[in-house]
Amino acid sequence: MIRRAAILIVVLSAAAVLAPALAPYEAGRAFREFLHAPPMRPHVEGGSVVVHPLVLANRMEQRFEPDRSRTVPLPWFGASDVPVFLLGADDFGRDVLSRLLYGARTSIGLALVATFGAVLIGALAGAWAGYRGGWVDESVMRIADFVLVLPVIYVVLVLRAVLPLVLPPLTVFLLVSWIFILVGWPFVAKGVRAIVAVERQREYVLAAHSLGAGHGRIIVRHLLPACTGHLIVQATLLLPAFILAEATLSFVGLGFPDPVASWGTMLAGAGNYNAIARFPWTLAPAIAIFAIVLATNLIAAPRDQESH
Amino acid sequence: MIGRYLLRRLGFAVLLVFVVSSASLLLTRLAPGDFTEQASDNPAERERLRRELGLDRPLAFQYFSWLGGIVRFDFGQSWLYSRPVKALIADRALNTAMLATVALLLATAIGVPLGIYSGTARGPGRWLVGAISVLGISVPPLIGSLLLVFIAARTGWFPVGGMTSAGGLDLNWSQWLADLAHHLPVPALALGIPLAASLERLQSQAIAAASREPFVAASRARGLESTQALLRHAWPVSLRPVLGLYGVMIGSLFSGSFVVEVVTSWPGLGRLMFEALRARDLFLVAGCAATGALFLAIGTLIADLLLAWSDPRVRAGDEA
Repeated sequence: MIRRAAILIVVLSAAAVLAPALAPYEAGRAFREFLHAPPMRPHVEGGSVVVHPLVLANRMEQRFEPDRSRTVPLPWFGASDVPVFLLGADDFGRDVLSRLLYGARTSIGLALVATFGAVLIGALAGAWAGYRGGWVDESVMRIADFVLVLPVIYVVLVLRAVLPLVLPPLTVFLLVSWIFILVGWPFVAKGVRAIVAVERQREYVLAAHSLGAGHGRIIVRHLLPACTGHLIVQATLLLPAFILAEATLSFVGLGFPDPVASWGTMLAGAGNYNAIARFPWTLAPAIAIFAIVLATNLIAAPRDQESH
Repeated sequence: MIGRYLLRRLGFAVLLVFVVSSASLLLTRLAPGDFTEQASDNPAERERLRRELGLDRPLAFQYFSWLGGIVRFDFGQSWLYSRPVKALIADRALNTAMLATVALLLATAIGVPLGIYSGTARGPGRWLVGAISVLGISVPPLIGSLLLVFIAARTGWFPVGGMTSAGGLDLNWSQWLADLAHHLPVPALALGIPLAASLERLQSQAIAAASREPFVAASRARGLESTQALLRHAWPVSLRPVLGLYGVMIGSLFSGSFVVEVVTSWPGLGRLMFEALRARDLFLVAGCAATGALFLAIGTLIADLLLAWSDPRVRAGDEA
């Protein structure tokens, strides 16, 4: 479970870093003649993968038809005079596939930063509480319990809504990661505290202490490594939760501003009744989020069977 | 003993409501920008409005006069809707409570029987139910409501958006109820599916574990049929972890209902709070937060009491 969880985190990080390099077009590039163009079907012809370019069949209905008289190569294998939309185009005529890949960087990147922060702060706070005991333990855990009682999305919503609504993308990135860290750390801290409270009574801690190790060294070098498994499990659970939280925030217009490609802003553009029914390919980020949550659940599932 | 426990829980509920509503009022007041910004563009007009709404007064004064109103059950006036907060919230809270209750009942009606089936049956059906559940858990309300809206809009089986059809005011109550029942499935399913799936998984594991206990074998040795042995003896024991999940689900029910309300235009508490937050409608924000916290406290309390009641040892102690 722990190894597979670690693999998932590495794969998602790689996706966040590498995805934009695979995108056929820039995230913001709009093809004005191809608003809501449907996905094209690639097929093999003459030994290479090609698609039929689209032509507007009916301007009133914004209906496209493939032009079967000619073919163009996929964007990675050769230049062409017409754009190729493998996952269709959105309401600005932007390539959904490219935005999905650029959006992976924003959405997964934000979730990774927030997860890392929440795990770091949760581990330190939990270890401190478990190691010191007494009033430190009591007060840290009371705060954690209080945050845990509240429905996460409302806390995120209130904290984000009371900040200025219009901000540059980088500021949004940092602020939202801080908000996520604020609601995420107690999940990590509770488990770490429980483990550390037990582990600190073990002989190896006494041995380290008698050899002259300070409190900080004992916590970081001896006690936190005992929590590695718990930390990785929590990171695996927080990661998809944060991806989803970004999607929710951006969906209601409190996340990234529109030109930024993130899975949430893409869904916000897709999310009205008319658009959903007629242009379902704009829901591609929903499928991507579903896949990540599913992967997390598949990793978590075998653990349930082992438990009895 | 149970009395003292209840008293402590009530105390916690009061504290929760107080802290959550105060914090949201203070945060909204301290946030940059105020209600007058969206009400008017004219600086002089805004200044006049600010004086009228008491926004020129110090924060502490505004906070304490609001608290003073609470004691008299006066939650203030919504600036955005020009209506008392109390009346506004009563409507919306009812809608959210209805959505959440239906979703929870739906999740229970689907999840628990399927869980009992997959936890005790043999063969491919068990495997299939488990696989569907893992898929169901992976559809969070945001994704679920978008997909269901897509299905509803494509097939025309269900109306998309809102709680009643336009012109619903002219209907008599039975027509209104039918209209409501027609609008409910999409949001309730979006909210209920992941909950049903989690319930199914947990019930399946719990009853599988319980049916391996010696007393189940003993009851079958006495001559009980295996289904009866399962339902009469194994299932009550397996209820404990399942009921424990309800306490956890209250929070996700809340978070989920906000998203579902936004996507399906359900006129609920979550959307009201969101609108209030964006408009910096001070007292409406605080009122929504207080109501939400109250729901949360009541929900968790009911879940805890159910959990305690399911344990015969606790029930016996209560009667003694």
